[in-house]
Amino acid sequence: MSKAGEVKESVIITLWFVFLTFPIMVIRVNPIEDVVEWRWNNLILVAVGSFFGSFIWRYLMQKKEAGRKKAETDEADKIPLTQRLLRDRRFCIPALIVIALVIGIFPFVFSAYQVNIMSSALIFVVLGLGLNIVVGLAGLLDLGYVAFYAVGAYTYALLNHHFGLGFWTVLPLGAVMGAVFGILLGFPVLRLRGDYLAIVTLGFGEIIRLVLENWNDFSFGPSGIANIPRPGFFGIDFSYEQAITYIYYLMIAMALFTIFVVNRLQNSRIGRAWIALREDEIACQAMGIDKTKTKLTAFALGATWAGMVGVIFAAKTGFINPASFTFLESAIILSIVVLGGMGSIIGVIIGAFILILLPEYLRAFSDYRMLLFGAIMVIMMVFRPQGIISGVRRTYEFKGGTEEEKEKSKLMKIETPAAEGEDAP
Amino acid sequence: MDWEYFFELFLGGLTRGSIYALIALGYTMVYGIIELINFAHGEIYMIGAFTALIVANVLTMMGMNEIAILILASIAAIVYASAYGFTIEKIAYKPLRHAPRLSPLISAIGMSIFLQNYVLLAQTSDFLPFPSLIPEVAFLDPIAHIISSAEVIIILTTAIVMVLLTLLIKFTRMGKAMRATAQDRSMAMLVGINVNRVISTTFVIGSSLAAIGGVLIASHIGMINFYIGFIAGIKAFTAAVLGGIGSIPGAVLGGMVLGWTESFATGYVSSDYEDVFAFALLVIILIFRPAGILGRSTTQKV
Repeated sequence: MSKAGEVKESVIITLWFVFLTFPIMVIRVNPIEDVVEWRWNNLILVAVGSFFGSFIWRYLMQKKEAGRKKAETDEADKIPLTQRLLRDRRFCIPALIVIALVIGIFPFVFSAYQVNIMSSALIFVVLGLGLNIVVGLAGLLDLGYVAFYAVGAYTYALLNHHFGLGFWTVLPLGAVMGAVFGILLGFPVLRLRGDYLAIVTLGFGEIIRLVLENWNDFSFGPSGIANIPRPGFFGIDFSYEQAITYIYYLMIAMALFTIFVVNRLQNSRIGRAWIALREDEIACQAMGIDKTKTKLTAFALGATWAGMVGVIFAAKTGFINPASFTFLESAIILSIVVLGGMGSIIGVIIGAFILILLPEYLRAFSDYRMLLFGAIMVIMMVFRPQGIISGVRRTYEFKGGTEEEKEKSKLMKIETPAAEGEDAP
Repeated sequence: MDWEYFFELFLGGLTRGSIYALIALGYTMVYGIIELINFAHGEIYMIGAFTALIVANVLTMMGMNEIAILILASIAAIVYASAYGFTIEKIAYKPLRHAPRLSPLISAIGMSIFLQNYVLLAQTSDFLPFPSLIPEVAFLDPIAHIISSAEVIIILTTAIVMVLLTLLIKFTRMGKAMRATAQDRSMAMLVGINVNRVISTTFVIGSSLAAIGGVLIASHIGMINFYIGFIAGIKAFTAAVLGGIGSIPGAVLGGMVLGWTESFATGYVSSDYEDVFAFALLVIILIFRPAGILGRSTTQKV
């Protein structure tokens, strides 16, 4: 398209958006006092924003098109820079050492407040990794993930309140409860198609929250449960700040454990079955994979993690109520997975830190947090469905062979991406 | 058994059901054509209601008479809701038409969250009183304690809209093109149907129905805020699935069944769990009859 054509198109888009956002952005009525507020400066903001936005959008679209064409014609699939860095030992080992040092001395350098925020971010790292099993690996869109988190938190709070059970006793119980609920919900609904599953899990999440809110005798209703004890350590009494540091290290251990397990799972028999199921259900069944059982394991394992982290969350805050487990929390966890890259462990970790720490440190920006989360989900899906760091697919390459065979494999490579469409990462 | 109470609940359910049906029609039409759950549909309904509220308030202050306000506010709501529906499709769904199924779904959820927070930030998080735009009809006075004129108008509007929609789909060129696109998109393209235009039209029609629903329910209940679209959206989706997604009579029937279930359950069991009944019905339907009441189960071809 010519430059003049582009400008003309952008002007039309700008006018359209000005029209579209006019009543909501410009006029604000106050029906109680009968005042109308006209905010014309917003009109200018929208106009300027959509004018430049349309150029960026077009540029990204063209880049995406070009990228796809290149992928279809180019023979060598170039490994992206991030992947190359991650595979390079010379880079990886020093980086890991630095990260370990930073993590280790973090509580001694920064204030308790910072450590607390870090623990929250770590909670979301683990939740993101748990949801990553369900969404990223098995390809099941779970919109009610926070329900299992709530199950874990309430397991600890209620068992402690009624029977005085301690943190370490309840931690495995919370995991078991999460898994039980995951299986209970998963068993009937997992034979549904993907989009129905999304809605059912969303409905289930809301049911759990509404029951917790209304069943006063059981869950103490909207006022929640307070005075939940912090985790103990061989009977030592911690001061407030020590306890925060302790929970921080606990979360680090938890995150490392999760990373270890998810990493091992990914390349296990069941992990490959999940990935295969995500790619093509019918082919998978034809290969003799038990669809229901495989999906159920993914669902239950994801729920197990949510249950466990729920227990830690209850212990960390000392107070829980149903308001902590709304659909928005599920949406935040989902956007962590989507932003980071579905199926990629490092991606999810980075995604969690970006989405949780940025709004925490940029206070001015925190009002727009959910707006940005929504926008991120749309933009990532449109332009970079694989996330910041895409999950690596284990590929095997046939090296050597005769010239003829090489020529053949070259031809094969050209055909595959075209057939798979945008499916291929 | 108290028949008057029963009848009251029955009519209450019918009114609720009509609104669910109006929103569910949009879900069903979009799903029928591009097999996507348009999560942002509930938000379109909310934006329709907000636009009507804003326009009605501005016009009231200018001292216009009531009928003119009702008509202008409804037109504004329909125009803006359709414009939003059209734009959303272009931004969030069209680039993803050939992507794996999960992508447009996540994009739709993102759009829904974005629109909710856009209205929250640009307007307010408080509940705003919505003017009762629907006039009282005099001849209904004798039975006003059972059914209000607003309820009558809601039920009538749904009936009329459904008839018009059926006519549109059965007898017009555009309707034929829609059915063809729903059956087989690439084949429709081959016989010269402008598929992009058909999809846009579907979004526009679905969004205008949602806007009509939004104006009606808002002036019936009398309060709106940015969050009304979320719950209404899920419930309307439940209605669409209940009746068999993709089927237009199914959406209306599903809306009614859901409306009655909620109305009777809250009337006879407990009002605390209003939303739980709807979600439980959804889960039960999907487990035992995933194709819905009027839907046919299809075998997947390889």
